[in-house]
Amino acid sequence: MIEREATHPEPTERELLSFKVGEQEYSVDIMSVREIRGWTRPTPLPHAAPFVRGVINLRGTVLPIVDLAKRLGIEVEEASERNVIIVAKVQHQTVGVLVDAVSDILAISESELQQPPEMVADAGTTFVEAITVTQGRMLRILDLDSVLPDTTKDVA
Amino acid sequence: MTTPDPMEEIRASFFIECEELLESLQDGLTAIDAGDSDPETVNICFRAVHSMKGGAGAFGLDDLVRFAHRYETVLDEVRNGNLALGHDETLLFMRAADVLSDIVRASRDGEDIDTTAFDPTLKELEAIAGSDDEEDDEAAIAFQPMALSLLPIEALQSPLEVSDDAAPPSGVVISFAPEPELFRSGNEPLHLIRALHAVGKTTCECDSSRIPALSDLDPEGAYLSWSIHVDADASEPEIEEAFDFVDGLCDLEIADASSYPAPMAHIPGLPPLPPLESSTASDSEAPAPVVADVTQVTPESPSPRITLTVSDTGTAPPPARNLTPQKPKETSAEGESTPGPAQKPGKPAKQGQASPSPAKATVRVDLERIDRLVNLVGELVINQAMLTQSVAQAGVPPNSPVSQGLEEFMQLTRDIQDSVMMIRAQPVKSLFQRMGRIVRESSSAVGKRVRMVTDGEATEVDKTVIERLADPLTHMIRNAVDHGLEHSQQRVDTGKSEEGTITLSAAHRSGRVVIEVSDDGAGIDRKKVREIAEGKGLVAAGQSLSDSETDGLLFLPGFSTASKVSNLSGRGVGMDVVRNAIQDLGGRVSIASTPGSGTSFSISLPLTLAVLDGMVVNVAGETLVVPLGAIVETLTLRPEDVRSLGRYTRVLQIRESFVPLLDLGTELGYRPPQKTHNGAVVLLIAKDDGEKAALIVDSILEQRQVVIKGLQDSYGRVPGIAAATILGDGQVALILDPVDLMTHAIRRTRPTADALAPTG
Repeated sequence: MIEREATHPEPTERELLSFKVGEQEYSVDIMSVREIRGWTRPTPLPHAAPFVRGVINLRGTVLPIVDLAKRLGIEVEEASERNVIIVAKVQHQTVGVLVDAVSDILAISESELQQPPEMVADAGTTFVEAITVTQGRMLRILDLDSVLPDTTKDVA
Repeated sequence: MTTPDPMEEIRASFFIECEELLESLQDGLTAIDAGDSDPETVNICFRAVHSMKGGAGAFGLDDLVRFAHRYETVLDEVRNGNLALGHDETLLFMRAADVLSDIVRASRDGEDIDTTAFDPTLKELEAIAGSDDEEDDEAAIAFQPMALSLLPIEALQSPLEVSDDAAPPSGVVISFAPEPELFRSGNEPLHLIRALHAVGKTTCECDSSRIPALSDLDPEGAYLSWSIHVDADASEPEIEEAFDFVDGLCDLEIADASSYPAPMAHIPGLPPLPPLESSTASDSEAPAPVVADVTQVTPESPSPRITLTVSDTGTAPPPARNLTPQKPKETSAEGESTPGPAQKPGKPAKQGQASPSPAKATVRVDLERIDRLVNLVGELVINQAMLTQSVAQAGVPPNSPVSQGLEEFMQLTRDIQDSVMMIRAQPVKSLFQRMGRIVRESSSAVGKRVRMVTDGEATEVDKTVIERLADPLTHMIRNAVDHGLEHSQQRVDTGKSEEGTITLSAAHRSGRVVIEVSDDGAGIDRKKVREIAEGKGLVAAGQSLSDSETDGLLFLPGFSTASKVSNLSGRGVGMDVVRNAIQDLGGRVSIASTPGSGTSFSISLPLTLAVLDGMVVNVAGETLVVPLGAIVETLTLRPEDVRSLGRYTRVLQIRESFVPLLDLGTELGYRPPQKTHNGAVVLLIAKDDGEKAALIVDSILEQRQVVIKGLQDSYGRVPGIAAATILGDGQVALILDPVDLMTHAIRRTRPTADALAPTG
């Protein structure tokens, strides 16, 4: 029982996987992360949204890749071998999220989370569910649902 | 249902059986409607309903029993010749079959059965049957699932210790030899004999001579047979009724005792009779020849007699079903059931319930297991490709043992794949039968007389395709009934038969399945279509459209030609939904219509959703797969064959014809239009309607089978792309949908000063 408590955070705590996109630090709920993969060149999809990089082969299934930097409007260098793909499960769908680097796993108490202030100019493009401060840095918690292309949400 | 768990499985298989029975019922009714007057056809229908009733009784499905019983009663009347079967009756029977299948489904899903829904049909059935004492009959068929109690042999004999040697030569002689199947299905001879006892005084003789030594005894075998003399002037059907639930599970012969007094004398002293003795002896050692023996012996058996073999029909079949050399399988396999002297060896009625062809041995397999197998084979194919690729990269000479072995491996993989795909294939018959019902229901809803004709029911298609085709096809059939066919009066006025015909056909055509829904109605009113399309702003006024383009307007979202919105169709969600559903299956739908003589919708579908023969090509650095079926020919692009046509477009001269030139790279947004295409290859692709296009690709890499991986789950539709696959190097390659590509093509092949940026 003790061990169990040690590995499972209190219900009010959330475990987050933090990663970098450009200079910004984001995080997602670790429960939605399936795996982290190295860079694989995706096969581009014609006529897809610009932030959909294409598809890769994930052990026999075709996995769509969303370029988070493009989606969030962050200027980054062209994706390269140093990038990683976070394979996440969103609703009933598995999707690969292309980020610059994975940095840490953090346990954040719910009470430390705060609503992001309303920023009119960025409305609809921040996809941030909550923000928090950890070790003096701002950590944005990403709402994966809204990051995905609309068609995806329709299907799911 | 209060059934305990072990019953669930039996219950499930009962419902599967019901589906089969319903199918054979439908078949029979369709045959009758088509003019089949064979009494056996009616019998098939009767038996189907009867078997369902029997099973339903066992599971306490009262509603099902009630309806089936009434239905059966009417069919019985037909069978006995008391009721003539006209077109209207047949239609009623078909409706009743629909209701029956509804009840079966509701019962299976444990839903409440809406009795008000089937009461009208029930009343109609009663009306033509002149129903009588149905309540009594219901009691008679209340039959409980019974446990298999293995009573000692004495116990089986003792309850009927009426062994009356001085049996008068009147009454009925029954020889009854159960097969193991009978016990397995939970029947009990004792109950049957008791049932006979209720008919009249019974003299029963048990033949235990075939019981082998204990060491040889198969505990599940059936070694006993009975010779029963029923002293009753009961008509034979009543006696047959007692055996109704075991027919096909036993060797049964019912004969009028008075007609052959001689063998009667044998019965009390039954075991063993001289001619049989040899065969009984040889039974355990050499089972197969036994049947042959008996077959030869039987003609010598004493005195000709009138024999009534109770076949599945439960009615009087052609007399003396004798001397059919039977597949030795059933009789010999367990070393049991050597036919007694009073029995004929054959029991041909057991098989082939609905069809004259012998039933094939089949296995019911969970679909999930097959899907797993299909997936595994898919992985195998990918792996094989990877292996081939790495062997090639390793520089192994092509005639080395490794390469040859690999070649064979490739062949085997292909064979396995084909076989696995065949497992999933199913005839479209079940789908067509469902459509028959749609025709009946929708035609009565709009008050038209419609006959459905089906063709190519045996055409096999992947199971998933069949399932997913049901909705679009339903829609198309409804449309055909509602919009396609004219009203009866109008038909008569134009010199057509009052009854409209809808033809549903399926056929294999060059690696695809083509399903056609055609009607002999008025054809598409193109003027009206045009007006509506203009009215809804779907097409600009004055825009010139060809006939086929006008027909194509029907597929636009929000189009509906019905001037009146009926509750059948015309809600404006119609053909566009149909087209999307079919496109999702990798299929295409097209229309052909002749004013005054009808409209035909043709759906062309891939045989399977899992693999595809494709040509792997390279375009602008990307690898793509083009389905082989769509490629008419491939040629090298010669600059002198390319002609400019418009400002942005070019055509390719192929022999004496000109074909629009499409740059695949541009169409997919990989690159802007190119000035020249030196060294490029052209794939000539064709639509079903013959329209062609020339597709420029950079090079052809290889031709191979690819495993289709769906993209649909991840994105809506990607225009021009059907699916994806994984190549030998592990990369994902997109599979092209050339027809879709042609439809959506921008056809821009000439670069301009303001070069078009890639649309990606």
